[in-house]
Amino acid sequence: MGFQTVKFYQTGTFTVGNRLLAPDERSVQAGEMRSNSISSGHRACQGCGEALGARYAIDAAMAESNGQLIAANATGCLEVFSTPYPESSWQVPWIHSLFGNAPAVATGIAAALKVKGKHDVRVVAQGGDGGTTDIGFGCLSGMFERNDDVLYICYDNEAYMNTGVQRSSATPPAARTATTMPVGNEPGNVFGQGKNLPEIAMAHGIPYVATATVADLRDLEYKVRKAMKIRGARYIQIFVPCPLGWGTASDATILMARLAKETGTFPVFEAEYGEVTGVLKIRNKLPVEEYLKPQKRFAHLFGKHAHPEMIARLQAIADRNIRKYGLLQDQES
Amino acid sequence: MANKPFAITLKPGTSLNNLTGSWRTARPVYLDRLPPCNNACPAGEDIQGWLFHAESGDYEQAWRALVENNPLPAVMGRVCYHPCESACNRGQLDSSVGINSVERFLGDEAIRRGWKFAAAAAASGKKVLVVGAGPSGLSAAYHLARMGHKVEIQEAGPLAGGMMRFGIPKYRLPREVLDAEVQRILDLGVTLKLNCKVAHIEQSMQDGGFDAAFLAVGAHIGKRAMIPAGDAAHIVDAVSVLRSMEGEDKPMLGRKVVVYGGGNTAVDVARTVKRMGAEPIIVYRRTRDKAPAHDFEIEEALQEGVMIKWLSTIKQAGDSSITIEKMALDDKGFPQPTGEFETLEADSVVLALGQDVDLSLLDGLPGLEIKNGTVQVAPNMMTGHAGIFAGGDMVPSERTVTVAVGHGKKAARNIDAWLRGTAYQPAPKHELAEAGNLNTWYYSDADKTVRPMLDIIRRQTSFDEVQGGLDETTALFEARRCLSCGNCFECDNCYGVCPDNAVIKLGPGKRFEFKYDYCKGCGLCVAECPCGAIKMVPEDI
Repeated sequence: MGFQTVKFYQTGTFTVGNRLLAPDERSVQAGEMRSNSISSGHRACQGCGEALGARYAIDAAMAESNGQLIAANATGCLEVFSTPYPESSWQVPWIHSLFGNAPAVATGIAAALKVKGKHDVRVVAQGGDGGTTDIGFGCLSGMFERNDDVLYICYDNEAYMNTGVQRSSATPPAARTATTMPVGNEPGNVFGQGKNLPEIAMAHGIPYVATATVADLRDLEYKVRKAMKIRGARYIQIFVPCPLGWGTASDATILMARLAKETGTFPVFEAEYGEVTGVLKIRNKLPVEEYLKPQKRFAHLFGKHAHPEMIARLQAIADRNIRKYGLLQDQES
Repeated sequence: MANKPFAITLKPGTSLNNLTGSWRTARPVYLDRLPPCNNACPAGEDIQGWLFHAESGDYEQAWRALVENNPLPAVMGRVCYHPCESACNRGQLDSSVGINSVERFLGDEAIRRGWKFAAAAAASGKKVLVVGAGPSGLSAAYHLARMGHKVEIQEAGPLAGGMMRFGIPKYRLPREVLDAEVQRILDLGVTLKLNCKVAHIEQSMQDGGFDAAFLAVGAHIGKRAMIPAGDAAHIVDAVSVLRSMEGEDKPMLGRKVVVYGGGNTAVDVARTVKRMGAEPIIVYRRTRDKAPAHDFEIEEALQEGVMIKWLSTIKQAGDSSITIEKMALDDKGFPQPTGEFETLEADSVVLALGQDVDLSLLDGLPGLEIKNGTVQVAPNMMTGHAGIFAGGDMVPSERTVTVAVGHGKKAARNIDAWLRGTAYQPAPKHELAEAGNLNTWYYSDADKTVRPMLDIIRRQTSFDEVQGGLDETTALFEARRCLSCGNCFECDNCYGVCPDNAVIKLGPGKRFEFKYDYCKGCGLCVAECPCGAIKMVPEDI
């Protein structure tokens, strides 16, 4: 990957900062002067991955654009918890219109800036996986297709969380939500449905597509900064565990993201013009059980009426990701 | 209402008005836990503390932090059996941090650059007599001098160092290293009187006008064993052999030398005579895993060609041979005779069966308690006689240089308090930083740096130092392998991972602070702190 690995420092590559590193080698989040795009007092749940991921991403975009940034936001958790009328947590110019039109709003802003000749002001659009993969999908595809100068960031927590954990097209197979199989014995989401939006974005041939997680800050910041250096349509999907919707402990948010990556469940990669150009390798490969077991949404796979066959299918999906993207250390990507 | 824009009823504001801290049921608090290395160090070093400075390349500051507790780092870096490394949490990750090798690097660096101790505190007007210039006495003298007391060391031997000079062979501790560290202590204003055997402690204290005394005479009398021996049999004790190595007249032991015992002293003697061209055989009654000698020393001895007869006792010693009996371990692990005998060629037999203390200076001293040949001391290191303290090999303890140095420091603190008419109160210990407190994901993989070893031929024929040291880059690498267990090293993780911006970064060296007005108590900072320097405490609700 493109971010710098720091050798021989206790923790240089993996922690947020390190007193032994030169300041310019530290992450944006390590800086005392980071922009704190979402400030304190927001109403996100304890241990919210999305609040964290949004600050990581927007702070990095702010750093790269010298604070010249406008954000359009789709309806969703992020919008609801950050801006209950009349308060706002945002410390960037920020606009919310509808659930499904954030890419179109951002396109409009970018067009207006172009007309006004303000080339130094950059635009991001952001939303959750519901607003991105389902409701805003048409607008987003149009934005990609026109190659509008917008970075779209999807905070993927794999369901509609703020309305009560309903299934989205990003909900993984076997995960239980409020709307999966309301009748019958199997509470989990079906296999074989849903959308892989990073790959759909790649299929549009746009300049830059990447995935990231809140567990790998340096990789995330590297990708946001790289995306901000590029003009045209760009898409980053950030994996943000949701303690409420997944039934995990509030202090396990980063751990869950780490396990998703280390099991191969969520491949972390980047692609330019439709071709994969880099992957974040797995450090210590783990079986998917390690990732599934702490989550109550997968609890029905374990215990008295366990479903080893479903676990095996989820393992097969992870193995396919590993094979397809070359996620192991000695594999070619 | 009237002066607000269309459809606006409330004034817009920042979410900072919303104090989410009220959601919290548990709060994170920063703490320092006790690193296992510090906990295991017999000399009470703050190892994590001095490694912290070494990590940033500030070796002088690291050395100064080190010598706060131990004035002999270059000696320690060679002869300490480093229980710190056995306790090191990194051992459960890949391999323990090479604390001992970094300590040696710092000690050697200090000698090379001529670093001196900080000046002593204001003079207290008190005089303390230290009997014995071994590790314990030197350590006590150093600490007492820095506390402002006038210290005089009276040493029976011709040179300072005690067992560091007359027990530990040169190939493990070069004498110029020892001399340099002893001289640095003397430079603090400590008086050293050599060839000055204290015959009667009370008399000596009275003569010199001393207010207190610290006794650290060591254990220099080799234990004897009843071995039926012919008149011509040549039987000597290990301590005398090692001591005579320091003088002009090297010991005459012949070609075939049998060393009787399984401790570190037995191994030292065997390796020493090997270097003098003889053929040593260690005879020990139990097995290798039961031997008190450290296994790496046995291994190095075997590499150098020392022969070892396990499960054997000496039944009889003649003028050029000995008879040994094979032993077998019983259910309880004790050796029992088998009745099977063997004859070994032996020009001499060296007994390395442990050492006794010469307690003659205490004759007639009231209040003393002596048990198993050692002086009993209270937890404050004071003997039953007020004002007379003791430490090192002459009190019941493990007999190592590091333990002795620790005794010296502890005694010095208590002597200081006693002289001031108070009692020394050690600071309460922090809770232990255990492996379970750490999030080891964050540490990069980095294997231990192996110290260079001298060529085997030179190890068999010369007294050159066997184990080499680290150079600057490798020492820095090794220091940076430290996990900083239980002590914040400012990695910014808590500051970064808080979804609520509820951590304030206070700047270099000042660590962090929580904004409890906004902290929701999710615990992410605790879970993601690499070194376990934060914990959750329930709120009173």
